[in-house]
Amino acid sequence: MALHCGRACRQYLLHLAHDNVDFRLPEIKALLSLRKRPFDTSKTFSEKSPFWHLNGLSEDDMRRVMSRTICGKSSFELWGHGTTTDELRTSLLKYPAENMAPYLQHNSTYKINVYTFNKTLVFKNRIKKIDALDFLPFKGTVNLKDPEHIFCLLEDYGSDPNDIPEEPFHIYFGRWIADGQRELIRSYSVKKRHFIGNTSMDARLSFIMANHAKVKADDLVYDPFVGTGEEILLVACSHFGAYVCGTDIDYNTIHGIGKASRKNQKWRGPDENIRANLRQYGTESLYVDVMVSDASKPVWRKNAQFDAIVTDPPYGIRESTRRTGSHKDIIKPPVDFSGESHVPVSMAYHLSDIFADLLNFAAHHLVLGGRLVYWLPIYRPEYCEEMVPLHPCLTLISNCEQTLSSHTSRRLITMEKTKEPEDSDRLSHLADPHFTPYQGHNSFREKYFSGLTKKNTKDAKATPRNKE
Amino acid sequence: MKLLTHNMLTSHVKGVIKGYPLIIKATEVKVNELEFNGQFVSRMIPKLEWSALIQAAGWLGQSQDLPSTLIPDYENDEEFLRKVHRILLEVEVIEGCLQCPESGREFPISKGVPNMLLNEDE
Repeated sequence: MALHCGRACRQYLLHLAHDNVDFRLPEIKALLSLRKRPFDTSKTFSEKSPFWHLNGLSEDDMRRVMSRTICGKSSFELWGHGTTTDELRTSLLKYPAENMAPYLQHNSTYKINVYTFNKTLVFKNRIKKIDALDFLPFKGTVNLKDPEHIFCLLEDYGSDPNDIPEEPFHIYFGRWIADGQRELIRSYSVKKRHFIGNTSMDARLSFIMANHAKVKADDLVYDPFVGTGEEILLVACSHFGAYVCGTDIDYNTIHGIGKASRKNQKWRGPDENIRANLRQYGTESLYVDVMVSDASKPVWRKNAQFDAIVTDPPYGIRESTRRTGSHKDIIKPPVDFSGESHVPVSMAYHLSDIFADLLNFAAHHLVLGGRLVYWLPIYRPEYCEEMVPLHPCLTLISNCEQTLSSHTSRRLITMEKTKEPEDSDRLSHLADPHFTPYQGHNSFREKYFSGLTKKNTKDAKATPRNKE
Repeated sequence: MKLLTHNMLTSHVKGVIKGYPLIIKATEVKVNELEFNGQFVSRMIPKLEWSALIQAAGWLGQSQDLPSTLIPDYENDEEFLRKVHRILLEVEVIEGCLQCPESGREFPISKGVPNMLLNEDE
């Protein structure tokens, strides 16, 4: 298969990490959209594959995407590919020599890596494959330690670890451009002083959320439930240069399931923790404010607008009258919620209110084109797409599942504001049949929390979670 | 609490119509030195209620010859942008309260954090 494009438009190969599979395409699309580029791929594109062709991009576009992506492992300027070694060879011979030349100069250094997906190759076989590429006009010297140019032969042996073929299904060859940000995230988790049992996967998801929300430098980002969810969420947004603010209804420990008891530390309030976190990661200058406020009674004036709203709402239980005397009645299972928590039966349940309010808030307080990204808790046996809340001013962009247990998961919902609200929109959700699965006193909550037992924090931390 | 946030806050006391801007009564104010970011300030200016910002700056004794109406072509006036940067982001109310201009209800600010919670009957 021939690859001939002009300088401005090459083909690129994106090698993706094999976790958070659902989250990958929306992340890459969002990052391309930040560059005002569409997601343009080949006819044989398969979302589940770890290798994606990207067309219509410049090298600068690729580098910018890689500077943000958590799901993307590495990217390559694609020189050739095929389903057999012969096809690869033909494809490489058709690639314009003048496009190769700048990287094969005789006074340059290079090395060739071999990467095999779903198969392990012994060393001598790797060498064989590299040697088989000697028809390419490499004029430089090999330098394994610190080469100027890195090339990679990538082989795809399918996705079934129990049925690994002798020959790969697809082979690619290209020039390495850049790696994604997965390693950065690892360092974020290790750095954290306030280790509250978060795995590096949680840090990863916070950065993915910031990417889904198209957060960019000089944006103003808001989290209306900043006390729940990942502490690192606003840190992730600030890492990409956005100014951050948040509100939360209560920064005292709530019925003993509070941050102080989880961390075995004195709870200093969300402002101290969020500000301290930003300070730790060098982005304190991007801290705007944290306030104590009830998200159901917004304190923002009419035209106050944010570029993005990112949040992890409380999954829990509220009194039916929102104007409760004691706001301590809002309970959220701990951040490392893996499906185990004890909830008092006496509480009335109106989870639908939280999401209706959140969507309505977003419709009024996002800039046009701005995004709302939030987690939606799901009882899996009864889930259907129609349960995802909608709003006439917001367009649903993506819906990605993270499984928590056999019967619970949470879905990362991304919506984009595409219309300014009119008065008629304010009440539209009440007539919306989408909300009926969430309503109904107790029934949803009982299913969601059924079969759960009270465990102490230590056990919850020890519970096996999704693979990293 | 920074004045960028204050500019966007309004009183949500039941029945109040003219709850904006909240009156600032500060007992402790801090001025931090932050790296100047002209881009961000330029982006925020069109979203601000300018007169409310000037009023707030006045309450904190930080007026600093900021004009009472927005000057045209402010994007290219670095001196102006620096002044706005200072008043939006560098001046912080650490202790005090915000008062609803219509009902008189006060929302405390403690350790830089405003508490906007209302009671059940409000």
